[in-house]
Amino acid sequence: MPDLAIIIPSVLNGLTTGALYALVALGLTLIYGVLHIINFAHGALLMLGLYAVYYLNTRFGLDPYVCLLIVPPAMFALGYALQRGIIGRAGHGRDENILLVTLGLSIVIENLALFFFKSDTRIIDTPYSFEVVQIIGAFVPEPKVFAFIGAFVTAGLLWALMSFTDLGRAIRALAKERKGATLVGINADHVYAMSFGLGIACLGVAACLLLPSYYVSPQVGQGFVLIAFTIVVLGGMGSFVGALIGGLFIGVVEALSGLFLGESLGQIGIFAIFIVVLIFRPTGLLGHKV
Amino acid sequence: MTDNKGKRNGGLGRREFLATGAAVLGLGVTGFPAVLRAQPASVKVGLIHPVSGFIAFSGTQCREGAQMAIADINAAGGIKSLGGAKLEAMLGDSQGKPEVGASEVSKMVEGGVHGIVAGYSSAISLATSQEAAKSMTPHIVDVGVSDQIVDRGLKNTFRFAPGYGTIAKFAVDNLAGINQMSDDKAKTAMIIHEESLFGTGTANLLQKKLPEIGIEVLDVIKHANPTRDFTNIVLQIKSKKPDLIIPANYYNEYVLLARTMRQQQVKAKGIYSVLGGAASNYKFVNEFPEAAQGIMDCNHWFNPKSEVALQRKAAAEAKGLVYTYEVFLAYNAVLALADGFERAGSTEHDAVNAALAASTLDMSYMPYGPTRMINGQNVGARPVNTQVLDGKIEVIFPQQFASAKPVFPMNS
Repeated sequence: MPDLAIIIPSVLNGLTTGALYALVALGLTLIYGVLHIINFAHGALLMLGLYAVYYLNTRFGLDPYVCLLIVPPAMFALGYALQRGIIGRAGHGRDENILLVTLGLSIVIENLALFFFKSDTRIIDTPYSFEVVQIIGAFVPEPKVFAFIGAFVTAGLLWALMSFTDLGRAIRALAKERKGATLVGINADHVYAMSFGLGIACLGVAACLLLPSYYVSPQVGQGFVLIAFTIVVLGGMGSFVGALIGGLFIGVVEALSGLFLGESLGQIGIFAIFIVVLIFRPTGLLGHKV
Repeated sequence: MTDNKGKRNGGLGRREFLATGAAVLGLGVTGFPAVLRAQPASVKVGLIHPVSGFIAFSGTQCREGAQMAIADINAAGGIKSLGGAKLEAMLGDSQGKPEVGASEVSKMVEGGVHGIVAGYSSAISLATSQEAAKSMTPHIVDVGVSDQIVDRGLKNTFRFAPGYGTIAKFAVDNLAGINQMSDDKAKTAMIIHEESLFGTGTANLLQKKLPEIGIEVLDVIKHANPTRDFTNIVLQIKSKKPDLIIPANYYNEYVLLARTMRQQQVKAKGIYSVLGGAASNYKFVNEFPEAAQGIMDCNHWFNPKSEVALQRKAAAEAKGLVYTYEVFLAYNAVLALADGFERAGSTEHDAVNAALAASTLDMSYMPYGPTRMINGQNVGARPVNTQVLDGKIEVIFPQQFASAKPVFPMNS
């Protein structure tokens, strides 16, 4: 039985880690919600984002938070190009094709990364890497506090974009009724690619906020992608608020189950809750029935 | 019309007979070289390492070290007893999975491999050596520390580096020595280990041996590979306040653990890793001199006083490699295998296995005693104790290889 005094720090840690999970899941839920694509390349693309931040930091001395001005737009462009040039074309609109295309993309990207970047684990050192903020007697690392805030800001921006802009309205229209949306003059291919680009841009944000407290290697994305899928299903597919709540929830569950069941079994808590939610509320916490 | 002039019953013609005879005689004069003994043009050496997957960094380091050894041996004239036959690498990726490692072995056996160097992790080495044993293909384990690897009585399996039994004993004996020399002795410890064979086996041994030197083990925490966040573990360490923290895990997890301990301002008398993935790693020390300062490790190391070892280190660094234990242990494993071919004068599996079992290879470039093989294990192999002091990795034990005196408690 762990010391009760460490439960509060553990929950705080779970919340900050969960915010990072939520950031990764936000992009995934957007891509699923609109395009109905289960993007298996999500982890590999996160890895690319992390490498971009790593090289901008080590080669050009840019702070990871300054990279927020460069990496998310670059990732957006990459996502747009991938959807327009590869996924949209090779998928031919069939879900099973798209699934295989994104799986293939993830394998190609990871192996290219292994070839070009080698398998080294890389870490950046920032002046605030070891700085902490004291919250209710617990030390929370500064990079995690920034990531926590960043997750809320990103979710808020996404929500605003979807609610108040023409692009958001077009995305929502396409997600609901493709034929109708196309009939009223929405360019489906363009809007799909914009959605995919936005989803991948979220990974760019996650990469900038993650690297100060984490590492990058060609396999790094694999550790996040399964958790992100769980969060998307748990929160309700296509729901941003659901992804945010799901991420925080999963973070806390992981932290507490690690504490009570032992670190090796920490993940059991996550998947046990996942199964329970699927049995009793298959649409997820904030999902809607179709 | 065919030209049958001079031929009888389809046999050799007179001229051909004379030419062949002259050639045979000529070869006889020049000592009847290896060509006619059906020697291989090259000796195929299988290198199976986890170059992708969660331990890809270490696997790639192993592969690089092994390939450097092959290049050096070939540059020095190959296997002389086989007429200068060159070593030819057959590369395999185990992806960090024992079953994949085993299937790579069977593919290589089908491809006519003459000897195998594998597999970095203990679990993978167990599988690859077992598979190689079916065809009695000589198999050298480069790093895998589990003693089960050599305890199964496989006649094709050899290890020239120390196993965790030797390492744990050495670590505990030296810890007792360090403790004795200090006025501020460590009385309690916590062990943090990765969940596979290597971490679990090492932790079990330490848990048994530490009380024998008066150190109480407060807790043993096992973690998965990969672990994304070590805060929980570090919070538990903080709440139990051990004098010593003993990590036994792979590089990525070690780095995250060390960083989190620093973030959470853990104060312990010492961090004493046993086969810790990073504390004897120049990369970690260079990237995080502050987090690495004072950490002790009991691990594989080269003889810092050997010219040969220093030359090899310089050669590896000139190639852009970080000179970690994976590099030199894989290098040594290839050297040992090549020595087996050399002394066997053959690539016949049984002959090479017999030569390896009787190996007395000079390994003075390592901090080892004389090479002596018992049940496939070099019982002369030893680890060393290192400590990170002022951004450098110094050897603190054994005395004859030491470049610095231990500093304990680490912040004293």
